[in-house]
Formats: sequence, structure tokens, C-alpha cells
Amino acid sequence: MSTATSKKTKTQGTSARQIETLEQVVIRFAGDSGDGMQLAGTQFTTASAVLGNDVSTFPDFPAEIRAPAGTLGGVSGFQINFGSRPIYTPGDRVDALVAMNPAALKVCVKDLAPGGALVVNSDEFTPANLAKAKYEENPLETGELSAYRVYKVPITTQTLASVKETGLSQKVAERCRNFYALGVVYWLYDRPLDVTHRWINTKFAKIPAVAEANVRALQAGYNFGETAEMFTVRYQVGKANLRPGRYRNLTGNQATAFGLLAAAQLAKKPLFYGSYPITPASEILHELTLLKNFDVRTFQAEDEIAAYAAVVGAAFAGCIAATGTSGPGMALKQEGIGLGVMTELPTVIVNVQRGGPSTGLPTKTEQSDLWQAILGRNGDCPLPVLATRSPAECFWRAIEAVRIAVKYMTPVVLLSDGYLAQGSEPWRIPEDGELAPIEIEHASDPTDFAPYRRDERGSRPWAIPGTPGLQHRVGGLEKLEEVGTVSYDPLNHERMTEQRLRKVANVLADVPDQDVFGRESGKLLLVSWGGTFGAVRTAVERAYEAGCDVAHAHLTWLNPFPRNLGEVLRSYERVLVCELNAGQLLLLLRAAYLVDAEGFTKIQGKPFMISEITDKIDEILGGK
Amino acid sequence: MATCTDELLTVKDYKSDQSVRWCPGCGDFSILTALQKTLAQRQVPKEQAVFVSGIGCSSRFPYYMDTYGIHGIHGRAPAIATGVKLANPELEVWVITGDGDALSIGGNHFLHMIRRNIGLKIVLFNNRIYGLTKGQVSPTSELGKRTKSTPFGSIENPVHAVSVALGAEVTFVARVIYNDPKMLQEVLERAAAHRGTAFVEVYQDCAVYNHEAFSYLTDRQTRDDNVLYLRHGEPMVFGKNRDKGIRHNGLNIEVVMLDDGVSEDELLRHDEHCENPSLAFQLSRMHYPEMPTPLGVFRDVEKPVYEEMMMDQLRQTSDKLGAGTLESLFAAGDTWTVA
Repeated sequence: MSTATSKKTKTQGTSARQIETLEQVVIRFAGDSGDGMQLAGTQFTTASAVLGNDVSTFPDFPAEIRAPAGTLGGVSGFQINFGSRPIYTPGDRVDALVAMNPAALKVCVKDLAPGGALVVNSDEFTPANLAKAKYEENPLETGELSAYRVYKVPITTQTLASVKETGLSQKVAERCRNFYALGVVYWLYDRPLDVTHRWINTKFAKIPAVAEANVRALQAGYNFGETAEMFTVRYQVGKANLRPGRYRNLTGNQATAFGLLAAAQLAKKPLFYGSYPITPASEILHELTLLKNFDVRTFQAEDEIAAYAAVVGAAFAGCIAATGTSGPGMALKQEGIGLGVMTELPTVIVNVQRGGPSTGLPTKTEQSDLWQAILGRNGDCPLPVLATRSPAECFWRAIEAVRIAVKYMTPVVLLSDGYLAQGSEPWRIPEDGELAPIEIEHASDPTDFAPYRRDERGSRPWAIPGTPGLQHRVGGLEKLEEVGTVSYDPLNHERMTEQRLRKVANVLADVPDQDVFGRESGKLLLVSWGGTFGAVRTAVERAYEAGCDVAHAHLTWLNPFPRNLGEVLRSYERVLVCELNAGQLLLLLRAAYLVDAEGFTKIQGKPFMISEITDKIDEILGGK
Repeated sequence: MATCTDELLTVKDYKSDQSVRWCPGCGDFSILTALQKTLAQRQVPKEQAVFVSGIGCSSRFPYYMDTYGIHGIHGRAPAIATGVKLANPELEVWVITGDGDALSIGGNHFLHMIRRNIGLKIVLFNNRIYGLTKGQVSPTSELGKRTKSTPFGSIENPVHAVSVALGAEVTFVARVIYNDPKMLQEVLERAAAHRGTAFVEVYQDCAVYNHEAFSYLTDRQTRDDNVLYLRHGEPMVFGKNRDKGIRHNGLNIEVVMLDDGVSEDELLRHDEHCENPSLAFQLSRMHYPEMPTPLGVFRDVEKPVYEEMMMDQLRQTSDKLGAGTLESLFAAGDTWTVA
């Protein structure tokens, strides 16, 4: 997909090599989990971002904590998609693969595009390593890699030679291999070295020999590209048209943590975050617990149930209160969320979805908690649900979730997923005044106070302990309208149920109308939500640019649905709902709007590939 | 905790406008009164107190207090109360629970609340039966107990709340009985004043489903021979004629008659403040009918308190780094500018 618009431009430089300009490239660094591939990947990302490319990345860690070195289970990868056009996903097919050992090659080569560049550390293709990777013969010699441009680089020996003068032991010196490999790739894609130099010198300021060795290895790799007559082409990727501002990279979970913190700061309140460790949501807890000088109170509870129960208590006492979890933890929290709905206290539940049911696929992504979020409790138990579409967007959606929670006095579910949580992309740092304050007015007047008297939005007052004269009791039993005492009156229950439903429906006042990319009406509308945005939007953009009668509506709000959504769905002959589950949004849309929408689903623990969506569009439109 | 008010708060001030709905003769009434007296005695401003409960007869308690309150979900009161306390450590937070609520469905939360030593005051109403659901066996029901769910007798060993609490390193633990209002109030006041987790088990009579389960401790004829009142610093003497005592025999404890040539010097002396919880644990293992039932404070020690440590960490980090600003946080790490 990357080289579709490449063109040969000119020759330049001392090496007089061809330079090709590309719009977009996907590269992956892969090696043993001890090879520093995540570091190489993040350095490449920063260098590309500083150069002005748009970037999206995805780390792929081994599932095992400490898999044996050199084995297939121990392969760690980091994929970067960078380009001069908008980048929405970490990319499908890899254009350039760096494989530090046979295992990395075996695991990753299937993702390498035909004709793609394959840089291997030839030193590591020893009989022992080949056996660990379950290669019977050396793939560098069998011809099985003939579909690729294979560059056999003796990375280990070259690295050792380049850092010899620093006097480091062989073991320490070998750890510089990732920088050597990075240097080669920097040369290949014409990246500057200075950003990484600065990083190395800061990181290893206290061990100058190691800093020196890494700088030398990086330079040596770069020089290898320049001098070895191995690479016939060099590539350039131009600046993307990004919104001006200051940027940094964030993973989805980091962005969620920052968003929750920002919301608490905007509300001038402490943030209480109660959580229980669970993959892939734990990083939110890790991030927030560092922020104690922001009055962030993190609580690692004894279980998922307690984590949310504590959040309800903290909300009652006046904190901005949130929890984060994933599928099985969400299931455990549902009783508590029912209490949150009944007591009408503002809380946020971040569900970083993973493959289910049950323990399912903890490290793999899925969108199969939509029903659980909207419908998963006893009783008629409505709450607002929204989903984030990209890693950086987690920041904004987290703030929105808090804003809605306190405005409507309700639990709010924010759906993220494992793919967004671990993936990263540039995040434009908000400028002064860009973040609007979150106004909170606690009840304070004891005259005629009624804890369940609703305002025009349907929200009840937030009266917190410590406020004289407003003592009141809340709980899971049905409440008497306005008064808030226990009531078993049948008609009161019906009225209160309606009031709770209406309140959540009133959130529509804060839900923007559904926007559509592409044609406003026509043959085919693709509908998506959450982390599938990137793949679907990229595929639709390409099809649209190629003249297809296609459009894309990506939903942020899942409950309530945007006011005009029915109208949007009815404007197309066919509606295709793309999601990583067996058809959860599809059912909700069909039920809500009586439209004959079709599902396009994938339940493999993996995100959509752009090509899968493209193929489906082609199949439906017959290429028109 | 008292603030300057014109008038002193009385028991009446802590009563809500809700009529109390427990069965006539229920042991819960006396606990309600004792807690209202405790708050009045300590002049706790009504808005500073929060009562958090789970599910069960006892858990209706918060509705009857004119304070802040949460009637939570089954077993989760400790976790809800933890959130309240950490959000505002100034509040006086009470957890009201029962034997099923705390020791069955809420066992996990009970354990962890205690081992954190968070400043919550837990009152466990133990009537050894499920009352609200109309008479099933509870985790504290005795082996062989016949109930609606165990018509042939319970085949489960009961759990002993004080033993569990001690196993979880509780810093204050006491047991009282519902029909001794004076002792009830005394112990509740001490629990309220304790720094850290204070746990009070109240033996309480269910007039409908387990009536007179504690008659061996309440009957005037047998009471004194079946109760060992724990008094700090005093030898462990009990009995109607104060002629029986508790002493160590090897690793075990035994009942001895004081007229057998055994003097008080040989008896165990109660030490609430003993760091080592072993003796307190042994006392918690004394069960009717083999042994007298200890009532009073088993253990009262000082340990670091969760919410104080939490606030210390917040303060120390702010002192070291200064109060955080979003600008500096966002700008930390590798950033770049797109013009």
C-alpha cells in the first residue's frame, strides 16, 4: 500500500544513489524481547515525527513475560506507519522489516509486502538460533525469501567492531545492536540522527561509555548504509499537513490517563481512580499513580468489584471518580454500576476492550463489550456510552466522559480497546484556553433541599458530605421521586425508571450530529465505531478518491445515538456496519432505526486491515 | 470533632425522619441507640458523619441516621466506604454490616479493609442467621444448625469474625453483646476514637429466625459463668462467684478454678496493646460451651493509617515537585513543533 504513489525523483549525494519519494511507509523492527526493539521503534517514531511526518505505531510484545531468548514466543516487534498523508492506523502490510534473529524473521515475514525490504542480522542465523526458530534450513540460503529485497547485514560483528574503543564488555557492547540497526534504517529512510543523539546522551548521561557506544553504533549503522554497496535506493517521505502546534507521542492508555487528570484539574477537584490490575487497562493506573502532585488519589483495590464500589463512594464524597478495566472486570463491576445509576452519582468507567468471552484473549483487541456497556445490568439501567477512535483521541473522550458524568449525574462508560491502548500517535498538546473549565456546583442551600429533585436536564443535585444541613441517604433501593427516601410504590417506580431513561436521552443536547465522510447519500455507507476508525476511514478515503459511491459514518456516541443517525442511515442503499465482534452495533442500529443494515465483522483478536475493508467495498460496489 | 455550635447535639439530633422498620424485639434497636449516643457523646457534626452499609436487615441502618449515608450493595460496604474516606479523610465513616454481608459475600472486602488499616469503623451485627431473606444458614451459624436451607443441619464450620480480623492484622477489635448498652456505647466510643480500622462485632438477637441464639450470654442465670469480660491489665477471672480463671497450659489456654490452690498470679493478664496478636487470637478461639465467651476489646494497637500515608505521599510529592500543572506535564518528554 505504501509505494502506490512512489516516484523516482533524482539522484544526489556522494553515493549517487536513486532517491524515491514515498507518501507512506510501514516499517517494523522485530527481534528478541531483549533486543531493544521497542526502543528502536520509539526512536524512529520520534525522529519521523520531528521531521514532520504523520505517524501511527503499534508495539507487539510477546504474550509470555520472559519467553526463552531466540524462540518464536519471545519475539518483540514495533511497527511504525509514517507518511506525508494523514495516517490513521499502524498499517497493514510492512514495507521494510528489520529482523534481528531467525525467530523474528519467521514470525514477521508473512506481514512483509512482496518486494519489501528485509534487513536481517546475518550473524544470528546460526544453527542453534535456526533450531530455536524451528527452521530446518537457513532461510537466507533456501531461496524462500526471493519475493523480498533481502539485505544481509552482520549487525552483531559490525556493532562490536564499532564500539570496541569504548572498552565495554562484549555483553554490554552487544546491547548496542538495536542502535546499529536503527542507524541502517535511518540511512535508508533519510532520517536525521540528532534527535536520537540527544536522547542517548540524556538517557546515559551517568554512564558516558554506554552513551558513547550507542552513538557510535548508530553512526556505524548509518555509515554502513552509505558506504556498503548493498542498497541501491534510498527513500524520502515528506512532511504531512498537520495542524500547527506542539506535539508529543502518546499511547491510548497514556492519553486516557491524561484526559482523566485534565478533567479533574478543569473541575478543580481531586481525581480518584480505583482500579484492579487487568490487561490491557493497567497502564492507566500506572500513569495516574505517578501524578500525586496533582492530587490524584489512586487506589488499587482488592478486586474489580471493590475498585468500582470505591469509585462510587469517592463520587458521593465529591471527587472526580473513575475506574478502568477490561471485559471480565467490566462484568464484575456491573452490579456496582447499577448502584451508580440508581444513586445517580457521577463516575466514569473506562473499558479497554479485549477478546472475550470469559478470560478470552487478554492481549488481543476486540469490540465485543458494546452490549455489555449498554445493556449489561439488571433492570432498566441506562447510562451514556461513548467510544474513542484513536490513541490520541482517548484524551479528549476521557474529558468528555467526565464532563457528561458530572453534568448529568450519571455513570458514563468510555470504550477503548487493546489496540488503541497500546498503539501510539502524535498528540497535539492543547493550547492555553483550549480546555474549557468543567463547572461543578455542589448543593449548599439546606432550605427545601431534596436530593432527587431534578433540574431541567433531569439531573439531581450533588450534595457532598461535610455540607451542613444537606444530610441525606442514597442507596440501591428505589427512591421516592424528588424526596429520595425508599419507595416501593408501583407508579413511583415507573416514573423513576422513566426519569432515569429520559435523563440519559437528554445527553443528546451534548451529542453532536453524526457527520459523514464522502457522499451525503448514495449506494454504500460504511458505519464503524471505536478503534476501527483508522482502517475504515483509510479504505473509504481511497475508494472515494478513486470515484466510488461510498461514504463513512464513524460513531463516537453509542448511547444515546446522534439525533440524525436514522436519517443518515436511510440515505444510502446499503449500510455496512464494520466491527470487531459478531454484530453488536448492527443489532442495536437495526432495532433503533429498522434499517436493513448488514454486518462486516472480524473476530480474530486483530484489528481490521485496510485491505479487508477495501476488498469488501469492491465486492459490494463491483469496483464502481 | 465538635465545632462551635450554640447548642449541644443530642441523641435526638442524629435520628432521621424515617420510622425504624426492624421487627419488634430485634437486637438492632439497641445498637442504633448506642451509636446515636456515641455520636452525641463525641459531638460529631451531623454533616461530618457517613454511614455506609451493604445488604441485610442491619444494612437499613443508614436510613435511620440523620447523617450522610449510602445503603450500598451486598458485601461491598467496606469498598464504598473506602472511597468515601479517601475522597475526604476528615469524615467519620462507619461501616454497618451483618454476618452474611461481611463474612460471606463481602469476605474479600472485609479482609482487605482491615489489612489496610484504613480509618473506617465497622460494626458487624452478628445474629448467626440470614434474617432479611427469611432464615437461611449464615457463615457464623454453628455446625449442625437447622435452618430453612439446612433442614438436616448445617455441614459447614462457622467462621469467627474476631479471629478473621486478627488474622488480617486488625489494629482495634472488640466484641460486645446487644443487650449491654453501657458496654456497647463504651466500646463504640473507643472504636470511633481509634486511628485506623476499628472492628466491633456485636452479637445480636434475631427475634424471628434465630431467637435466643445468644441466651447463654444473656440469661441472668448462666451469663456470668459464660462470659469473660476483657479488662486491660487485669487477670482473666470470670464466673458468678468470680472463682474461675484462664491460664496457659503449654501452648493452650484452659479454665481453672481459683479455689484449687491456683492464685490469680498464675492467670493470664489481658493486654490490649500487646504487639503480638497471638494471645488475642487464642482468646478469639474460646467458644461456648467449652470456654467462656470473651467480651470487650481484644486488641488496640497503633499502626500506620492508610489514608494518612496516602495524604503524606500526595503532600511529599507536591513538596518535592511543586503542585503539578497540566502545561508542564504535557510538555515533559519528547515534543516537537509543527509550524
